[in-house]
Amino acid sequence: MTATYELADVRHCYGDRCVVDIPTLEVRSGEILGLVGPSGAGKSTLLRLLNFLETPTHGLITYAGVEIGGDASLATRRDVTTVFQRPMLLRRSVAANVRIGRKLHGLDTKDGSTERWLEKLGLTDLADAPARTLSAGEAQRVALARALVVEPSVLLLDEPTGNLDPYNVGLLEEIVRSENAERGTTIIVITHDVFQARRLADRTGLMVSGRMVELAATEAFFSAPQQPQTAAFVRGDLLI
Amino acid sequence: MGTLGRAFTDALGLLWNMDAALIETVLLTLQVTLVALVIALAVGIPIGAAIGLTRHLPGRWLIVPLIYTGMGLPPVTVGLFTYLVLSNQGPLGGLGWLFTPSGMIVAQTIIAFPLVVGLTMAAVQGVDPNLPVQMLSLGATRRQVATVTLLEARVGVTAAVVAAYGAIISEVGAVMLVGGNIEGETRVLTTAIVLETRKGNFALALSLGIILLSLAFLTNFAFHRLQVHQGVR
Amino acid sequence: MRVRIIPFVVVMLLAASCGGGSSDKVRVLRLATTTSTNDSGLLNALLPAFEAEYEARVDVVAVGTGQAIALGEAGDADVILVHARAREEAFVAEGHGTVRSDVMYNDFVIVGPTDDPASIAGIPLASDVLAAIAVAEATFASRGDDSGTHSKERSLWKTAGMTSDPDAGWYKSLGQGMGSTLNYANEVGAYTLTDRGTFLAQGESLPGLQVMVGGASIDESTDPSLLNPYGVIPVNPDKGGIDAELAEVFVEWLTSVETQETIETFGVDSFGQPLFYPDSEAWRNR
Repeated sequence: MTATYELADVRHCYGDRCVVDIPTLEVRSGEILGLVGPSGAGKSTLLRLLNFLETPTHGLITYAGVEIGGDASLATRRDVTTVFQRPMLLRRSVAANVRIGRKLHGLDTKDGSTERWLEKLGLTDLADAPARTLSAGEAQRVALARALVVEPSVLLLDEPTGNLDPYNVGLLEEIVRSENAERGTTIIVITHDVFQARRLADRTGLMVSGRMVELAATEAFFSAPQQPQTAAFVRGDLLI
Repeated sequence: MGTLGRAFTDALGLLWNMDAALIETVLLTLQVTLVALVIALAVGIPIGAAIGLTRHLPGRWLIVPLIYTGMGLPPVTVGLFTYLVLSNQGPLGGLGWLFTPSGMIVAQTIIAFPLVVGLTMAAVQGVDPNLPVQMLSLGATRRQVATVTLLEARVGVTAAVVAAYGAIISEVGAVMLVGGNIEGETRVLTTAIVLETRKGNFALALSLGIILLSLAFLTNFAFHRLQVHQGVR
Repeated sequence: MRVRIIPFVVVMLLAASCGGGSSDKVRVLRLATTTSTNDSGLLNALLPAFEAEYEARVDVVAVGTGQAIALGEAGDADVILVHARAREEAFVAEGHGTVRSDVMYNDFVIVGPTDDPASIAGIPLASDVLAAIAVAEATFASRGDDSGTHSKERSLWKTAGMTSDPDAGWYKSLGQGMGSTLNYANEVGAYTLTDRGTFLAQGESLPGLQVMVGGASIDESTDPSLLNPYGVIPVNPDKGGIDAELAEVFVEWLTSVETQETIETFGVDSFGQPLFYPDSEAWRNR
């Protein structure tokens, strides 16, 4: 298996305070990596670095074998996309919101992909509805469709189901899983829901204060944590 | 009451008869207004968007208050400034633009420009700051981010267009100074209203005012249809 | 409907209270006059004496002759002071005013660019000059605002045997005040008809213009038709709301020898010549 990301001594600091401090990390191609940890642990910042929205203040990220120094190329950036906890939808129709992904990439928008994704996510009836009138679950489904319509190599999910009801959580997880299985998309998902990590992730990592405390196969992570902090987290104790 | 009533019948009469001088005045009014508006929008919207989108703009502390001040520029002052610049003794006297529609367009553009920049900036700043991040994450270029943000702020940007249009078409001080209110050459509706008022032709002046209002209303009506058509609610 | 009227009423009441507060005792005379009398500073020199003597306040509305007359016709002024003889007489004949009295005069001059493209310098009569300008198709700037000056210009075109307000490219009808028209003429090198007072007062900012007809002062004028008499007319009290008594007092005061003497000296310090020449009946009979 090749590595999608290799991080070497990556730190992202504001002055003296480093919100991400990862000496080494490898994200394997085609895996689903779960990231758990308390708020403020640097998980979201790490995702922004992996989406090349920010450049780490120290260290090097290698993406698909290419060292990314400074700004990533447009092609590299377009290989990766993020679905955030809050779906930022445009004041346009649902269909237009899904289409925008391909539009931005300059891809054909009349290839039926928009309609296909709308259908996959149960949004066909809402295609012409204004996106701002959707429920939280519907909106997040639109956000996921918008991300997947560009067929990214890497899908980053920042607490995508944090606000959703069980029905929508199940639907989104199903789509993510099949995307991973069918296209081999590498997926990194931040979640506060340890059960979600167990359901989705091949490997799970615990981040605390910018550091990766433990990263292991999901089964081992939950059943036999090596670090006391991991054990405490799995038990549901508060981590400080 | 007599004058008011007569003004309305006079306005209808003027329109009905397609009074040649009136048509000329209306056409010039529209020409000057629209050309100035288009220039102000073409330059002002990108600049307003750039200021609104640039988080760490050096000199923002100075630029923004300057723009806000510009939004309240007294038109007569702009007219005076334009007059002096375009006058024979002025730096651009060689253009020969004083007392021509071109000079009026210059003054009107200066009046509209800060309105367009300021309101566009405010509209763009009103867009959720997470939107640009989301768009970048979807693989947008900087230019695409700006375009999407502007489209997202289209209600506010349309307000900028409407405000600029209203300011220009109803402006009298600057066009009077710079244009000279020359019959058949630089006379627009507002200066014609001033003139007829000074002549004591209150009914005619008022009927010209009614025509001016109707023009403004029709245009704003069109703008509004456009907004509705854009799916804004 | 009721709800919408209330704010309107409140605003009107507020506006009324602002205007009314200070003028309880003082009588107010509404004087509608032309910009020339006000802009020259003449009224500022004259009126304080009247206000002190009669414990009154004069509200000056300085507008074009046309509008001044319209204000009188509407009863929105107590007295008018204008310079358009024919229209003043019509104003009285139509019953809008009681009686017209001579007050003063100054004169008009024709000014033009120093290079004199129509070669009019030296022609004594204004109407001949206008004819020459028309033949040369030299640019002529008209007030075009129905003012007293514009009325005079029209009558000169008629004397020249031409239609007034010629419809030609060289004839620019500005529809603006005297000051703006002079600025325009100075900028583009046009001829124009102006009252001498305004031209003198603005002289320094008009380097491109010089007097073509009318000489350096009224005594050197070669055309009596360029005289510019001002008349004062109390508005007919039948219109209601007119302070006819104060208007009569004002006319008597304005035409009195004492006030006329002030008029005669006004402007001499600044321009070396008076801007207005007294001409009331009392002055002529003194």
